[in-house]
Amino acid sequence: MPAVTTTAHARTAGTIEVVAVTAKAKLDAQKIRADFPFLEERFNGKQFAYLDSAVTSQKPRQMLDAMRAFYEHSYGNVHRGVYQLSERATAAFEGAREKVRGFVNAPSHREIVFTRQATEAINLVAYAWGLNNLGPGDLVVVTELEHHSNFVPWQYIAKRTGAGFRMVPLNDNGELELDALDPFAHEGNVKVVATNLVSNALGTINPVDRIAQWAHEHGAIMVCDAAQAAPHIPLDVQALGCDFLAFSAHKMCGPSGVGVLWGKAEILEAMEPFNLGGHMIRKVRFEETTWGELPHKFEAGTSPIAEAVGLAAAIDYLNAIGLDAIAAHEHELTAYALEQLSELGGVTLYGPPPERRAGIISFNVGDIHPHDVAQVLDMDGVAIRAGHHCCQPLMAKLGVAATNRASFYLYSIPEEVDRLVEGVKRAKQLFA
Amino acid sequence: MGEFDQLYREVILDHYKNPRGHGAIENADAHAEGQNPLCGDEVSIYVSFGDDGDTIDDVKFEGRGCAISQAATSMLTEMVKGRKATEIAELPKEELLEEIGIPLTPVRLKCAILGLGVLKVALHRAKGTPLPEEWSSLASELEFDADD
Repeated sequence: MPAVTTTAHARTAGTIEVVAVTAKAKLDAQKIRADFPFLEERFNGKQFAYLDSAVTSQKPRQMLDAMRAFYEHSYGNVHRGVYQLSERATAAFEGAREKVRGFVNAPSHREIVFTRQATEAINLVAYAWGLNNLGPGDLVVVTELEHHSNFVPWQYIAKRTGAGFRMVPLNDNGELELDALDPFAHEGNVKVVATNLVSNALGTINPVDRIAQWAHEHGAIMVCDAAQAAPHIPLDVQALGCDFLAFSAHKMCGPSGVGVLWGKAEILEAMEPFNLGGHMIRKVRFEETTWGELPHKFEAGTSPIAEAVGLAAAIDYLNAIGLDAIAAHEHELTAYALEQLSELGGVTLYGPPPERRAGIISFNVGDIHPHDVAQVLDMDGVAIRAGHHCCQPLMAKLGVAATNRASFYLYSIPEEVDRLVEGVKRAKQLFA
Repeated sequence: MGEFDQLYREVILDHYKNPRGHGAIENADAHAEGQNPLCGDEVSIYVSFGDDGDTIDDVKFEGRGCAISQAATSMLTEMVKGRKATEIAELPKEELLEEIGIPLTPVRLKCAILGLGVLKVALHRAKGTPLPEEWSSLASELEFDADD
């Protein structure tokens, strides 16, 4: 496969540094693969070609070891006991929070709320902020590219509060039509603009900074779903300019069961709590209960403690390799796969050109149903997703019931792209 | 590849590429549509009865979706023609699955029995034949559309 110098680096670095940065950014996928136990599995004598990392990533040994060590040596409930184990657990848990703060470049650890996953983080904002700040005459704006997790909560809360609900359309490249934003401002008070940073279905990288700027000019808050971005591109909430950002650990080499909501402290402080119960309180009396400080106000009940420790280990793992290097590696694979698939003929590819997308490729093979394509690929141990990818509004826009989706991560290699292409060829022959 | 042959064995591909009983019946005695929202498989089934009002004289289907759902519905039309509506209403899904004859994961099982579910709903509407428990739960899952 051809060597690719990422244009992102060429643009940000000076001409002289380009070579150095590019050389440094190269990752050794074969070496990385040794960290992932799932690759020791054999199916018909072969390794799995796991091309569905967009739905959830596989796990490196380092992360698994960190969780095991935590359970074995430092486990207790957090913020509770006066004893050693609880203090160790609290230190690990709060250390994870600090790690996450650095990962998204948040000003304060008080702004980092652990949730179950990105979906719960977005629901937290939709309920705890939306129910008290939305009403008739207000508008909630989402995009045609949203995952249901950043679509359905807003649709529901808009309906419940009497606010209007609008959708930024896509162009034929699978990119947002930002010109559609201005007219919304004449149709009501835009109070929320919610979009993803990277589309899980098409891989489109959205200009969240520009959307956030527009939202703020119109007095709205900007909610960014970074579930698909966090595993692949460096996050900086201050540069993005959003008010809330949500992501899940399980897509970025971390465990399932923990996600993150980052929110601006002043907005979080003004909000009502979401879940109620233990730990999130300051004082409980029969007459009234008052809420704890940030971030505890939003962390009712026992937190996903070991999962947060696992997330911190995943962040260490990704940082050691470098998100820039990961993004560059995925970009190479995506460009290679797009080229190979388009050469096959009869394959419809959706989404923007490789330089403006993350490592995700949605496609259809003639009129063969995606389930049949995915099934044929599965026979050779190649795992891709077939379905609507929790993006039914997008599928309606594309005029299809479903697509095939292949997605890449740091452990993906060109040979797996070749197996994908072979499988697509076989599906074409079989159903011709 | 061995498994290939198993799953997409010749008879499945043949029914998929050359579906039997494909089309609609005008003024059908029974009709229903169903879809599997998970993957977008769609099937419409039309039935006409013989003079006794019970024998399935003709059955046709229209639809789109994966090979399993379309081939299974095609096989179903061959299987039920000439049999009594009351009998088909009670037809265990295993009889169809045996005919299909391939190992199916839970996800693909829904594809395979979509047509049978739609047929049972059509008969239920036209003849008042009972919908067994498993089909009523399937009815909600597979979003059977009302005929009228």
